[in-house]
Amino acid sequence: MTRHADPYLAGVGIGGVLLAAYALAGQGLGASGAFSTVAAALTAAVVSPAKAAALPALAPYLPDGLASPLRDWLVWELLGVAAGAFASAWSAGRLAWTAERGPRLTPGPRLATAFAGGVVMGIGAKFARGCTSGQALSGGALLSVGSWIFIVTAFAAAYACAPLARRLWL
Amino acid sequence: MSVAPDAVAATLATAFAIGCAFGWLLERAGLGSARVLVGQFYFANLTVFKVLFSALVTAMLGAFWLDRAGALDLGAVYVPDTFAVPQAIGGLLFGGGLLLAGLCPGTSCVAAATGRGDGLAVMAGLVAGVLAFNVAFDRLDQLYASTPLGTFTLPDLLHLPTGLVVALVAGMAVAMFVAAEHLMRSRQS
Repeated sequence: MTRHADPYLAGVGIGGVLLAAYALAGQGLGASGAFSTVAAALTAAVVSPAKAAALPALAPYLPDGLASPLRDWLVWELLGVAAGAFASAWSAGRLAWTAERGPRLTPGPRLATAFAGGVVMGIGAKFARGCTSGQALSGGALLSVGSWIFIVTAFAAAYACAPLARRLWL
Repeated sequence: MSVAPDAVAATLATAFAIGCAFGWLLERAGLGSARVLVGQFYFANLTVFKVLFSALVTAMLGAFWLDRAGALDLGAVYVPDTFAVPQAIGGLLFGGGLLLAGLCPGTSCVAAATGRGDGLAVMAGLVAGVLAFNVAFDRLDQLYASTPLGTFTLPDLLHLPTGLVVALVAGMAVAMFVAAEHLMRSRQS
């Protein structure tokens, strides 16, 4: 297993990728938006397209009014993230079937807290109109006030919750 | 607006290529691992801070200077609108959720793609959270749309020239990198 890359070098590389996104796509990187697209497509497929189109916060994520996420920029970007991550982990010998967790947790509770954390983050990302990628990184680099509000409040909440969650991680 | 299918395919291919590079770098830095990520909040491993802020400063400086040099039209780049109160609420929820999840939306994909079941569970939770938000949207929409400030940047807020704010953010980041390295050295000794 190869050691992880230097974080500053990786960061500068990600900054370069973000610049390429600004130049080529006119927007930054993102992740949570792709989950909105998937949620919209799921609602359209499982419930009904009319129901999905009637939810004001989901309707914009139905590309061209179709129940297909396959024309969405962020969905393809995130598929790329998965492909790139797989290639990197494969070449570094870091692929593994496991659930990463603190030493006191078994896989079951870890998967449950991971799911619950995802739910809370999903709601938070909707209010914030983005996540670490789209809001903190991409908007932060463009000096958007809302992005910096997000960075400060997210770090503050995580540090405030850390003592309560020691059992999960330490 | 109708776009030629070739143009759509080219745009989506660009999205995929950009994503590949992003995912490769996140995995290289170790950010597909929930334990690496959460180490940030116990001062055990500051990778999150180092990667996020070196990326942010690189893109900020690059965008500023490329725009000055005429190589990039920053006017054509989308700046997220500011909604002060909902974004503060969103940030608080996001930070709390992050500590439970151990992964953010982007890194959950990295974790899942490298075999981590916790990454997949976070992704499922994100979809459920987005759906829950939408189901409850009738009751949340006033809060969601409150305090709209449009395109509002730190130079607007501080009444300072953009170049000065860029320099201040970069200087602050470098000072925090130095502090982070100092902290890690003192923890090891």
